[in-house]
This record gives sequence, C-alpha cells and structure tokens, in this order.
Amino acid sequence: MLRNALGKTLRFLGYTVQYGCIAHCAFEYLGGIVVCSGPSMEPTIQNSDVVFSENLSRHFYCIRKGDIVIVKSPNDPKSNICKRVIGLEGDKVCTSNPSDFLKSHNYVPKGHVWLEGDNLRNSTDSRCYGPVPYGLIRGRICFKIWPLNDFGFLRASPNGHRFLDD
Amino acid sequence: HPPRHRGSSLSPRNPEQKIIKRVIALEGDIIKTIGYKKKYVKVPHGHIWVEGDHHGHSFDSNAFGPVSLGLLHARATHILWPPKRWQKLQPVLPPERKPLQREQE
Repeated sequence: MLRNALGKTLRFLGYTVQYGCIAHCAFEYLGGIVVCSGPSMEPTIQNSDVVFSENLSRHFYCIRKGDIVIVKSPNDPKSNICKRVIGLEGDKVCTSNPSDFLKSHNYVPKGHVWLEGDNLRNSTDSRCYGPVPYGLIRGRICFKIWPLNDFGFLRASPNGHRFLDD
Repeated sequence: HPPRHRGSSLSPRNPEQKIIKRVIALEGDIIKTIGYKKKYVKVPHGHIWVEGDHHGHSFDSNAFGPVSLGLLHARATHILWPPKRWQKLQPVLPPERKPLQREQE
C-alpha cells in the first residue's frame, strides 16, 4: 500500500520535472506569453495588453527594422523593455527629438540596434540611453492576444518618418 | 568589497561571439582607463567594466566601453583543458587596476 503511494509520487515528480524542462526550453528557445505595462508603445500596445513573443528570430539573427522586440534593459538586467527597432547596425538614425530645432544623425554601431517606443512623447528609449547591444534582445513580439477586440498581428509603426532610408 | 571574478559575456560588438574577461569595476566605481576615449570613467548603473589580463593586447572595455550586465552570460571558475593548465581561476583584482573610488565608500 505504502509502496504503491511512493511509486505514484515518484512517477508524478518525474513527470513534473520532465514537463518543467520542456516548458523551460520552450520559453527560452521558442517563445512565450508576455504581459506588457507602460505607455511607451501606445497606440500599438497599451498598458496590460497580453502578447506572444517568439525567440527564434533572435537566435537566427533575422530581427528586422520595424520589429517590436523585448529587450533586457541596458541599465537594469532584471527588467525587460518593449520597443520597436528603428535601425539595425550600420543604419542611419535620427538621434535628436522631434521637438529639437537642430536635427542630429548618427550611424548605429556594429552589434547594436536603435530602439524607440511608438509613443515618442512618453518613451525612454535609445534617444535617452543610446544604441542597445543586439545581445540584449530576448524575443520578437509577433501577435497580440488580449484584449480580444485588438487580437491579431501588430500594426506597423505610426512613426514612419523615424525610419531613415539608406 | 565584492570580489572581482573572471566572467564570460556576449561580445557587445558581435552578438554571436562570447568573450572572456576579468571584471575590473562594478556600477558606480570610477576607474582610470587604458587607451579608452575618456581618461576616467564612472561605470554607469547596470554596467560593468571588463579587461583582459594582457593589457594592450586585449579587446575589452578599453575598446568598447562599459558592458551591460544583461550581456553577462556566466562566470569562469576553472580551466579544464589542457591538463597541464588545470587550475581554479582566482578572483583577484590586479593592484594597479583598482578603482579610484568605489560606490560603497
């Protein structure tokens, strides 16, 4: 009777460990569900929206200009930020604010990306902390799950003028 | 004060490559650099300053600046191969590379 209970418990633990490992690998290498907070990506992503992010693009280095990515914060490794990629390495980006009188431009250094929130007036991004190393990118947001009235693929950037053509 | 270990991190210039360097300074420390664009640097919040042990022949923070902690991948603790190099890596800060000012002071 006791041996039966012990056997069942060990089997249960075994399954838990197995599923735990598979879940960890899935979240690390495939993707996962993310709850976003903050106003910096409005109107594309609102506070408390739930999105799905995939991690394959960053492993295969096919993050593209215009993608929305989840990035480890450059100043706080424990928190994540969600922004749009405005420029990849070698691209020319406008480093000044839209309200500045004199515009300044620069090229994104090797191994880095330039990030900006869609809500330019209320976003701390690369205009504040500079280009972000590619290695900090954790995943690419491809799909919004919640709220249901906004379910589906994410819109393109409302700030097309920030993407400078080569 | 916290021990300075050898760490391996994703290269800030090349995300496909991992580089292995010694942690010289943590956030808030002020250090004197070797050949960097600024002579003195206060390591920003959330960053570290790394240097190779062979100064002058090392592609490290003196070339690419402070490294974000998020790029830190692991800590190197031992050399395993070749067998004659088998050793535990000591977390020792070279005396000439001590920070001018630590955050805690």
